[in-house]
Amino acid sequence: MSGETLFSGAVLVGILTSGIRLATPYLYAAIGETFGQRSGVLNLGVEGQMLLGAFAAFYVALVTGSLWWGVLASLAVGALMGLAMAVVTVNFQAEQGISGIGFYLFGMGMSDLLFQKLVGTVKTIQGFQPLHIPLLSDLPVVGKIFFSHNWMVYVAYLLVPLGWFVLNKTTLGVKIRAVGENPKAADSLGISVGAVRYYTIIQGGILSGLAGAALSVGLLNVFQENMTSGMGFIAVALVYFGAWKPLGVLGGALLFSMVNALQLWMQVLGIPIPPDLAVMLPYVLTILVLVVSVSKVRAPAALAKPFEREE
Amino acid sequence: MRLRIPWDALFDALLPLIATALALLVGAVMLLFLKVNPLTGYAALVEGAFGSPNAIAETLVKATPLLLVGLGICISFQGNVLNIGGEGQMIVGAILGTLVGLTLTDWPGWLVITLAMTAGFVGGAIWGGIPGVLRAYFNVNEILSTIMMNAIAVQLMNYLLRGPMLDPAQASRASKIPQTARLPAAFRLPRWVPTRLHLGVLLALVLAIVVYVFLWRTVWGYRIRAVGKNPNASRYAGIPVKRYMVLALLLSGAFAGLAGVVQVYGVNYRMITDGSATGFTGGAGFNGIVAALFGHLHPIGTIPASILFGALLVGANKMQRVAQVPSALITALNGLVVVFVVSSEIWRRRRERQHLGQVKAAEAAMEDASPPPPPNHEEMQP
Repeated sequence: MSGETLFSGAVLVGILTSGIRLATPYLYAAIGETFGQRSGVLNLGVEGQMLLGAFAAFYVALVTGSLWWGVLASLAVGALMGLAMAVVTVNFQAEQGISGIGFYLFGMGMSDLLFQKLVGTVKTIQGFQPLHIPLLSDLPVVGKIFFSHNWMVYVAYLLVPLGWFVLNKTTLGVKIRAVGENPKAADSLGISVGAVRYYTIIQGGILSGLAGAALSVGLLNVFQENMTSGMGFIAVALVYFGAWKPLGVLGGALLFSMVNALQLWMQVLGIPIPPDLAVMLPYVLTILVLVVSVSKVRAPAALAKPFEREE
Repeated sequence: MRLRIPWDALFDALLPLIATALALLVGAVMLLFLKVNPLTGYAALVEGAFGSPNAIAETLVKATPLLLVGLGICISFQGNVLNIGGEGQMIVGAILGTLVGLTLTDWPGWLVITLAMTAGFVGGAIWGGIPGVLRAYFNVNEILSTIMMNAIAVQLMNYLLRGPMLDPAQASRASKIPQTARLPAAFRLPRWVPTRLHLGVLLALVLAIVVYVFLWRTVWGYRIRAVGKNPNASRYAGIPVKRYMVLALLLSGAFAGLAGVVQVYGVNYRMITDGSATGFTGGAGFNGIVAALFGHLHPIGTIPASILFGALLVGANKMQRVAQVPSALITALNGLVVVFVVSSEIWRRRRERQHLGQVKAAEAAMEDASPPPPPNHEEMQP
């Protein structure tokens, strides 16, 4: 890479390509979290769900030799974590922020424990290969940037219009939004607040599990202790940034992944910025983004408030 | 007079213990699944934590940062601002505190230790105060901002310990351990030799009482709790709510910062990490939250809670050696304890509400019999 500068064509294409790819885990997790928050549930356990999903996908793929079984495992683990979170927040009406931190610690410790006991040393696997899309993948530049990825990347982007559609154009979406804005009124209209929240929390868990799989068997082909390093929390922040809308979340995810890609390429090119400080960038950006976005948009009125029917 | 057994208080006190028992039970199932005999594992854990005077001393050494962080957590959670930034605040406090010791090398020990602790207190306060200001004045969710501040602090530490603050003795080596130079011997907190039990333990215990007095016997503490219980009523009562939110987070960070300095001056005598996120803190910033929740967010209750979780951490090392159970198990179990404890709160809330209902019913009955009482303002006298 020596001789290249940050603004040569090849490098720009490289940054954009990895930026598109790196947004994948953020998208899965943040779209799931958007549904949860629109229904009034703040799930802060995303990071833990991602870690367990990442491990499940990696381990099952390693043992069975099938990446698809791995993805299925991450889905199942995410659903189980979501179910547990739903019991705690809906039935026990627990403080959502703190119980989320509990689930985070559980997921972090558990994935590390299982990795050390079942795998032991760092191993790599052959992850999902890029899909070759006839014509599109062969386009110059555009083909490389947009159409040189594996299926997990494309599905992540498809979730954006799909999420928008479900939230805004279906009965389910209306119910979710009603439960998040005014659960009491929704309840008196015969909508089961608990059932809707169970649905969004479990769906969020599944998508967080997939986010983990996207990281371990979709992007990096490896599992490491604490490999998400805050991505799950950033995904939660992206929901605020995206004003609880899937399209806004997409914008945020792209912004983050582009900054990350830039930071990685600066290291590749040997630009003399201490890597530790470069890694800091996304986190600083998260705080700035929260400052400028949160004060403008109103959150779902019942966000993080447990609901209990009055007898 | 008949002796009245305070069942409710007893039940509240037992809840965390039941939660821990449940977590350990889940842990036992996990151990079985990993083909480890849970009894062997847990026996090693208890042996490692309490099996000898030295083990007990180690438990107390591990409990100290948990207690200091936990005291800060008591302050912020009582004010209903949720500080998850203990990790970062410990780190920044330790950085500033270490800088003091590395700069003023020929000053008297007691003075340097005092200055270093002040520096750590201030460093932690700044790292907690920023999310506090963002929460109060920009409505930024403090859980998210404190977690981001953790990540930023870790990177800052890695940068400093690998670069500007790197131990000169490491500079020439091929694989450099990210650590600072050793502090002069005169700056060490006194130890109870041959153990590693240091004066910081005593400091933390004294501060627990100080925080109790602060929260329940001073105007500031009262207002922090009032804001935490009911911000709207507090606003009506003339309390500057935003300022007290910032204060709660700032003080919370300060105690974590102090924990970082105590770790450097009492245990390691230098700042050292392994490059991972919890390399310096050992996760005390998170585990302090667990301890404080366990102690019902009461400074005195946090003391035994810290010792319990300190014991779990020390015991986990033994368990790893004897039964080959990675100590990550304890992180997972701590998470479960948090989940169980916050879930069990439902019974306390229900009872409070029941009690409130009874009071209201009684009041209604009184009203029927007598003219209405004068409008009763929220219970808001400092």
